[in-house]
Amino acid sequence: MLLEPLFGLFLINFLSKRIDAQKVGYDVYRYAVAGRYIAVGLLALDVVTDSFLVQSGIRLCIYTLMWLVYVRPELRAGRGFMYSMLPYMAISLVSDIVRLANTGFYRAHDDIFESAELFGLLWFGAMWFVNRSQRRALEKERQKREAEEARSRVMAEMKVSLEAEVAQRTSELLKQKEELETTLEELRRTQDQLIQSEKMASLGELTAGIAHEIQNPLNFVNNFSEVSVELLEELKSGPFTELPANSREEAEEIVADLTQNLEKISFHGKRADGIVKSMLQHSRTSAGSKEVIDINALTDEYLRLSYHGLRAKDKGFNASMETDLEVDLHPVSVVAQDLGRVLLNLFNNAFYSVSEKKKAVGGDFQPVVRVSTRNTRWMDGRDAIEITVHDNGMGIPKAILDKIYQPFFTTKPTGQGTGLGLSMSYDIIHKMHGGEMHVESEEGQYATFIITIPVS
Amino acid sequence: MRILVVDDEEDIQPLFKQRFRREIRSGEVTFDFALLGEDALRYLESGDSRVVLILSDINMPGMSGLELLQRIRGAHGTAPPFVMMITAYDDESSRAQSISLGADDFLTKPLDFNLLKQKLNNLETHG
Repeated sequence: MLLEPLFGLFLINFLSKRIDAQKVGYDVYRYAVAGRYIAVGLLALDVVTDSFLVQSGIRLCIYTLMWLVYVRPELRAGRGFMYSMLPYMAISLVSDIVRLANTGFYRAHDDIFESAELFGLLWFGAMWFVNRSQRRALEKERQKREAEEARSRVMAEMKVSLEAEVAQRTSELLKQKEELETTLEELRRTQDQLIQSEKMASLGELTAGIAHEIQNPLNFVNNFSEVSVELLEELKSGPFTELPANSREEAEEIVADLTQNLEKISFHGKRADGIVKSMLQHSRTSAGSKEVIDINALTDEYLRLSYHGLRAKDKGFNASMETDLEVDLHPVSVVAQDLGRVLLNLFNNAFYSVSEKKKAVGGDFQPVVRVSTRNTRWMDGRDAIEITVHDNGMGIPKAILDKIYQPFFTTKPTGQGTGLGLSMSYDIIHKMHGGEMHVESEEGQYATFIITIPVS
Repeated sequence: MRILVVDDEEDIQPLFKQRFRREIRSGEVTFDFALLGEDALRYLESGDSRVVLILSDINMPGMSGLELLQRIRGAHGTAPPFVMMITAYDDESSRAQSISLGADDFLTKPLDFNLLKQKLNNLETHG
């Protein structure tokens, strides 16, 4: 009996397990089944016939199979198996040839041929075993590598998703940081404003309190000085006429001095009274109610009022007035009378400043007072309007910029300003209208007051 | 004409006396003074006074000028005197209250004596 059909069966089994049907493009299973049937058939034929011709045919089939394994790339996996078969196949071929060619020689040395065949068989077995162990080891290694690859793939995926998450978190944090910075900035601004308005409020209250306290004694000063002048007049026209001429002249001199003194008292008392009235006006709660008015018309009206007021006092004064008024202003509610006072104040200051500069610089200096209105937005996003009063006059020195809203702070000569105008304006805009008023200036160049009032 | 001046400031008295020196001397007017609303009321209730004009300050300790006005207007049986209130320069609310309580006229501080004299003349001729 030949062992070749069994080898063939093993080889076919081996190959059928290791060939990937998808890669080779034909039905491996069908070929394998056919091969198995052929192998079993050949084995049975060999057992039944025990014919040399049949055995030769069987061997030819096996050689063909081995040759196929050698040449076909898709059957490469079976090569190791095939090589392990080779010694046995070669020995049995040689022994067959020797038996055919010289039966005597074969008979004399059949033990050698049998030993060689046995060796081939053992070789096949050993090789099969070694190959199998190697294959298993390789398989294990492959599985390990696959597991590692899978793990590293998972790691890579995790890394990618982690990086994406980190990037997202980073951008979120950056956004939060920016938001925080903005909020902080807003808070600082609000704090500054609060401090400023608190300062102004307490100063305003103090001012009103002082004014009330001063008013009564001041009234007495004024009234008594006035009545004293009257009494002196009566003295001159009455009892004086009865005095002897020499003492009368001296008495009249003294009375003239007294009259002059009383007039001075009266003059300065009235001045103080004016200041007290301004102070009271400052603290006065407005009687006017808020209403939506034509801000542009109000602005224009007060600009002209201020200009002509100044021209009435100083005929030589001239300045160009520029207006840039937005046609469709947001409808904000204001107390017209009070906003008018603020505007008049700012315009008066602007005209005063340019006229002072004209006096100082003279020559080519062209005094300009410009007023503009425009729509804008309040800090919280509400609609708001902005009124800007700009002049190219003396400007405001940096050192006094934070003092200009304080009551009684003035740069005008004594008697020309009470120092209450801007303080009052500040109160009207901030407290009464919930708006904001700030200034931008460069000394000797310009001053720009910007009022912002939100819609309520 | 008898005038009662009600004011807690004592110095108002020489001021009135000096301002109306001639009128007082000639007997055209007579001034009486009260430092408190209560005093004024007591003076009026004594009955023998023939006050036709009361000049009253509003801010006074104790009874205020407005309360005094209310009490005067609430009293029955006596001829209602002419009451002129003296209000502070910017005190719109006191003015409005005075009107509702029945004040006849106002003066604002600081007192303008020329205006007061004019008002007294009008009162004498027409009232």
